[in-house]
Amino acid sequence: MNSLWPITLASLAKDIRLEWRSKDALNSMLFFSLLVVVIFSFSFDPTAEESREIAGGLVWVAFLFSAIVALNQTWARELRNQVLDAYRVSPAPANALFLSKALGNFILVMLLEAVMAPLFMVFYNLRVLGTAWELIPVCVLGTWALVASGTFFAAMSIRTRMREVMLPLILFPLSIPAIQSMVEATRIILSGDGNPRFWIVLLLTYDVVFTTACLALFETVLQAE
Amino acid sequence: MKKAFAILAVLTALLLIYAFYQAMWVAPTERTMGDVQRIFYYHVPSAWTAFILFFVNLVASVAYLVRKNPKADVVALVSAEVGVIFCTVVLVTGPIWARPVWGIWWTWDLRLTLTLVLWLIYVSYLVLRRFSDSAQTPKLAAVLAIFGALDVPLVYFSIWFFRTQHPQPVIGGGGSIDPRMLHVLLINWLAFSCFAFLVCWARYRLEILRRDVEEAEALESLLETGTSATIAKGKVPLGGGPR
Repeated sequence: MNSLWPITLASLAKDIRLEWRSKDALNSMLFFSLLVVVIFSFSFDPTAEESREIAGGLVWVAFLFSAIVALNQTWARELRNQVLDAYRVSPAPANALFLSKALGNFILVMLLEAVMAPLFMVFYNLRVLGTAWELIPVCVLGTWALVASGTFFAAMSIRTRMREVMLPLILFPLSIPAIQSMVEATRIILSGDGNPRFWIVLLLTYDVVFTTACLALFETVLQAE
Repeated sequence: MKKAFAILAVLTALLLIYAFYQAMWVAPTERTMGDVQRIFYYHVPSAWTAFILFFVNLVASVAYLVRKNPKADVVALVSAEVGVIFCTVVLVTGPIWARPVWGIWWTWDLRLTLTLVLWLIYVSYLVLRRFSDSAQTPKLAAVLAIFGALDVPLVYFSIWFFRTQHPQPVIGGGGSIDPRMLHVLLINWLAFSCFAFLVCWARYRLEILRRDVEEAEALESLLETGTSATIAKGKVPLGGGPR
């Protein structure tokens, strides 16, 4: 257990260095979510009053789709040169690998949100009518909900045929409560009617339950041969 | 074993006919809804059966992860497959009833949404099993089943809160039920449970047989043609040996 954090951080540093040099995932995610924003604004008339009601849904759907891009690349990188097999035989704890991958995706998706959120505000003419700082816990908890279970299910879907298709098929049904919480909390904060506390607590519960389950079961998934 | 299966099949068929008779002619007609209410005797037993099968799936999945017994995995697969079928029956009969009674096909009510999400989760479970390669499928599927079970209470709370905020004009209230209707309902449930058990049993035997054949074929391709025939013959229960 002592070696959990040093190994996690070392693996995370490696992933970040790789991403920093190539910027593959970040660039494709940014461009992808930009496309989603533009296509949504053609599909729904983004006038101020209505857009505040639906913006929560649009923002999170855009982030969810772009997160899939990053999540699919998470493990694909380790398949080349049999890196994943090397991890499997190494004495490093399996959870260190999971945590480093989940944290790496978390940082990526948070970066994406930091860039895209202002763009959303501009395109949809949004103004926060509720308490704005409450968006921060919603963002952090919501992103973690997506990437923790997403990283886990990506590790499962690389074992299947049609890898890239498989991940959303597993992830979307299971993350319905998390997505509903994020969307509702964001909608309440943007429109300023109601209290988002229930949704934030539900999101936190989802995070705690799913992170615990991921940590408990990741070794089984990694070693499944 | 084969005899027991045949006896159960006959009993189930008789029970289903009796339950159909009870539901269509014996049960009293509901005062406001009329005959359309009789779909209730198919809708509710299917729902109960589906939920029981999903629970069986969870228990079998946990058992597989703990004991690594391949039979537990077969039980998990079979219960998920049959459960999805019964859940589909629920989701189809529901709107057929709702259209004349509520005036709408579908509402995002708590129970409706929960059933739909449950259906989605188990369809994704079956999709994973279909697209995964044979050796590691059981483990991955068992893990997914556990995640699905963890998800259900969260879905419940999210919809419960969502719906208390946005009440729907049409909610089929609880109320009391005529004892004769309850009687017919329970008969139908018994018949459906027997039917589900029968289908699961048949599917279980089929799956075991399929795995044996697969194993024997793998063995055969490994060995030389001369020696393989004798081993394969000993391995495959060609006469359809009942299990």
